[in-house]
Amino acid sequence: MAILTSTGALAGVRARAPRRLVSVGGLLLGWLVLWVVLRGHDTLSLSPSALTPLHRWFNDLNDAIGRSRNSNPLFLYFFNEIRAALDTLVTFVQGLIAQPAYGRPIPVVGWLGVVALGGWAAAALGNIRVGLLAAAGLVFVGLQGLWRESMDTLALTVSAVLVALLIGIPLGVWVGLSPRATRSVTPVLDFMQTMPAFVYLAPMTLLFQIGPASATITTLIFAMPPTVRITGYGIRSVSSSVVEASESLGSTRLQALRSVMLPLAKRTIVLGINQTIMAAFAMVTVAALIDAPGLGKVIIKALTILDVGASFNAGLAIVVLAVVLDRVTTAASERVEVSRRRGRPSPARRPLVIGGLVIALVCVYLSRTYLWAAEFPSTIQLGGRSISVGVGSRIAQAADSTSAWVLDHFSGVTNGFRDLVTVRLLNPFQSLLTDSPWFVVVLVVVGLALVVGGRTAAITAAVCLALLIATGLWEDAMTTLASTLVATVLTMVLGIGFGVWMGRSMRADRLLRPLLDAGQTMPAFVYLVPFLALFAASRFTAIVAAIAYAAPVATKIVADGIRGVPTTSVEAAVAAGSNTWQVITKVQLPMARRALTLATNQGLIYVLSMVVVGGLVGAGALGYDVVAGFSQSNLFGKGLAAGLAIVLLGIMLDRITRAAADRAQTTAHL
Amino acid sequence: MSPTILARPTRGISTVVAVAGLALVLAGCGGAKVGDSAGASAGATSTGGSSSSGAPAAAKCGTFNIAVNPWVGYEADAAVVAYVAQKDLGCTVVKKDLKEEVSWQGFGTGEVDVVLENWGHDDLVKKYIDGDKSAMDAGPTGNKGIIGWYVAPWMAKKYPDITDGKNLNTYASMFKTSESGGKGQLLDGDPSFVTNDEALVKNLKLDYKVVYAGSEAALIQAFRQSEKNKTPVIGYFYEPQWFLSEVPLVKVNLPAYTAGCDANAEKVACDYPEYILNKVMSTKFVASGSPAVDLVKKFGWTNDDQNVVAKYIAQDKMSAEDAAKKWVEANPDKVKAWLPAG
Repeated sequence: MAILTSTGALAGVRARAPRRLVSVGGLLLGWLVLWVVLRGHDTLSLSPSALTPLHRWFNDLNDAIGRSRNSNPLFLYFFNEIRAALDTLVTFVQGLIAQPAYGRPIPVVGWLGVVALGGWAAAALGNIRVGLLAAAGLVFVGLQGLWRESMDTLALTVSAVLVALLIGIPLGVWVGLSPRATRSVTPVLDFMQTMPAFVYLAPMTLLFQIGPASATITTLIFAMPPTVRITGYGIRSVSSSVVEASESLGSTRLQALRSVMLPLAKRTIVLGINQTIMAAFAMVTVAALIDAPGLGKVIIKALTILDVGASFNAGLAIVVLAVVLDRVTTAASERVEVSRRRGRPSPARRPLVIGGLVIALVCVYLSRTYLWAAEFPSTIQLGGRSISVGVGSRIAQAADSTSAWVLDHFSGVTNGFRDLVTVRLLNPFQSLLTDSPWFVVVLVVVGLALVVGGRTAAITAAVCLALLIATGLWEDAMTTLASTLVATVLTMVLGIGFGVWMGRSMRADRLLRPLLDAGQTMPAFVYLVPFLALFAASRFTAIVAAIAYAAPVATKIVADGIRGVPTTSVEAAVAAGSNTWQVITKVQLPMARRALTLATNQGLIYVLSMVVVGGLVGAGALGYDVVAGFSQSNLFGKGLAAGLAIVLLGIMLDRITRAAADRAQTTAHL
Repeated sequence: MSPTILARPTRGISTVVAVAGLALVLAGCGGAKVGDSAGASAGATSTGGSSSSGAPAAAKCGTFNIAVNPWVGYEADAAVVAYVAQKDLGCTVVKKDLKEEVSWQGFGTGEVDVVLENWGHDDLVKKYIDGDKSAMDAGPTGNKGIIGWYVAPWMAKKYPDITDGKNLNTYASMFKTSESGGKGQLLDGDPSFVTNDEALVKNLKLDYKVVYAGSEAALIQAFRQSEKNKTPVIGYFYEPQWFLSEVPLVKVNLPAYTAGCDANAEKVACDYPEYILNKVMSTKFVASGSPAVDLVKKFGWTNDDQNVVAKYIAQDKMSAEDAAKKWVEANPDKVKAWLPAG
């Protein structure tokens, strides 16, 4: 039976694929011919220091906002009020765990109290395993010598996440209930997630001044969308028959929401919270550029002196905090599911939770009273000797010597590899995109969108390309697009390779998953310096940095897809005499088609979010425009335009790949 | 430790934890208490410190907000000024890590009192000093900023005439990279600095292409590799900069700067001017009468002084506070000149 469905699906795919392939091939061939004929005409190039009227207008707008901020009622009664409220919130949380507060030299809760409360909360929300993990993770960052910095980061992140949920969950519910809301909110969310933070850092301090409020809002902008999207998805996927049943029993829409939809969507909503937390951690380093306290500052400071060790140590603390919160929220969502099935919380748990709380409170008391429990000790007294307990300097040294060893042994090989990829793959492709007349590129891209995605995707592509031309940064956008696509191809090569391995072997999964988590949460600023040493300042370095960030996501999605292939299909193929290679290429990968397109989509978006980081290591183009716009006030407008161009590229690529993914699904169901 | 209590009733673990918890409580009773003198000093923050007991009872200083722009030379300035303001004037110093543009924005709202090392920035001067008058010039720092094209020392030794800009075309092919499209690569860098390099390459008819490295870290790493592996690199750099004490880069001389030769940005064909680095203060801060105003006005030192402190921070990996302390204690006379007489 399984074999029947799978071969049926394959037959459907085969029937359509050739026609589509022919059209794609025709388009590409036509492009090549036109490129040879028209090369260098109408490329819409703009030198790095030149501005267009639009860029100047953005500059003027920025200046006008700056001038009016002491008189404009919008500032006096709106922005200033928001700022005051957020400053109060963050300062309060910092006072609880991070900074001296209320006239005492220590925060309200010292390290022992934070460890105990954190462990207790994790255990109560999730399970005992994550409780221990949380406590151990917190102790670890203390041992790294980064307690206060970690707590500052945690305070800021927690505040931003709280506000994000406060706004995001209601918004998500609305989005889930109303298709019209979905249509109007989705582009805004896309914008929030793809607009590089470097673009809005300076305006942010203009609107909300320098301080915790600006840092919180910067984090919020990037972190809120996942909660809205996933909450909306959760509400939408509560089956309509359940809702109708409850409404037929006489409950109002609001009652149905409260008693049926929200409880059923709760697990999904918690997953949204998880994604929001992860996104908030991704902003730690960037927010440090406008004085956000915490681990980000350590990394930025280390970058100014190229101190790989110190920056790795701080990056590791971010990874630890992020992974702990990820595991806790995941466990919490599982508990939500379990207790929903069971109907009520297990009675045996309550006394344990209360007992744990009592002990945690004792620890809090200790941490308010005794110095050893208040400030994380760097040494402990044991039998008259003082023993250093810090691991921070050892981690830093290990990172330093590892990166030095890699440089000594590989820098020759890596340069060769860079040149190979650049000359054979990147340069020709970039030349095709940047040296073709703009109208040729527009025709080809819209044509491709039509073939792989359909009419809606083609219209979206046309609109995005038109707006790209309006930003005045067409050539830079094409350069960035070339690097982005090359990086995505390489990301998918890695993602499929490792994803298949992980999907087929639990052991590989256990081995790789922590590494993937680290790759996703380690701030790029940490590995810029070693990457620069390996590949020098070049577009390829930017590509490698993007892959380091995007490949883990793609790998996870592919692994998930491979695991989702019914075992019966695999077994049937094996029984029919297929070898491993045939099983993978003929059964598992084709049946995981949807996962593959989803992985490509996410890979693209993640690669695109590294464009600005790429600008810091020699990618030039849009990334550099954004960075320069943040650094020089007369380039602000150009940086903003470049940010918009990145958003447009993101929306265009997302819509095309998503349309292709939907098609893949419908074909698979034929 | 406490969460262990939540374990599914495995009595053994609970007992162990209970005992451990009890031991913890008992052990705690022996420790120093928060609020003891030891506790108070340990709790003092590094930046916003408690006023020092040794401070002379001058005019009340209050809070002193120093913007710290992200390069080590600036950090050295800020470290020393902060240290002196805290120790000798009893100020509560708040250092804020900000980029230049954002720092200047802060003058108007009182969030930033002083920028200690300004590299020209005509656009910001126009906007905030001439424009809304939220800032004012507080005099030179004594540091001279030099911008130009540099090569690693091994290159200057092996190709002695490379330091004359006229000869650059002879060496262009040596500087080819994967990024430079067949020409020599001129590595430009930190977007914070104004560059005329594209115009220079064009107007001096050089067979080079400007490649944007995008960050100071990328530039430093490029020169570091160049010296270590003897690979040719030519790029934009500047002094004072801590990295020059690790690798003493050699400047390539372009046609000398004369007043006005850079008036038309498109036609520039001369070297960069020497920048007189200066300090900028917020007008509000000057009006406040804080004793730190005077300190900022008088603060000044040489490139060598700054390089010493920058080296402490960048190469000896000292904290900014320790680096400042070390320099201040070694240079009491210089510091005395910044403080009110008597």
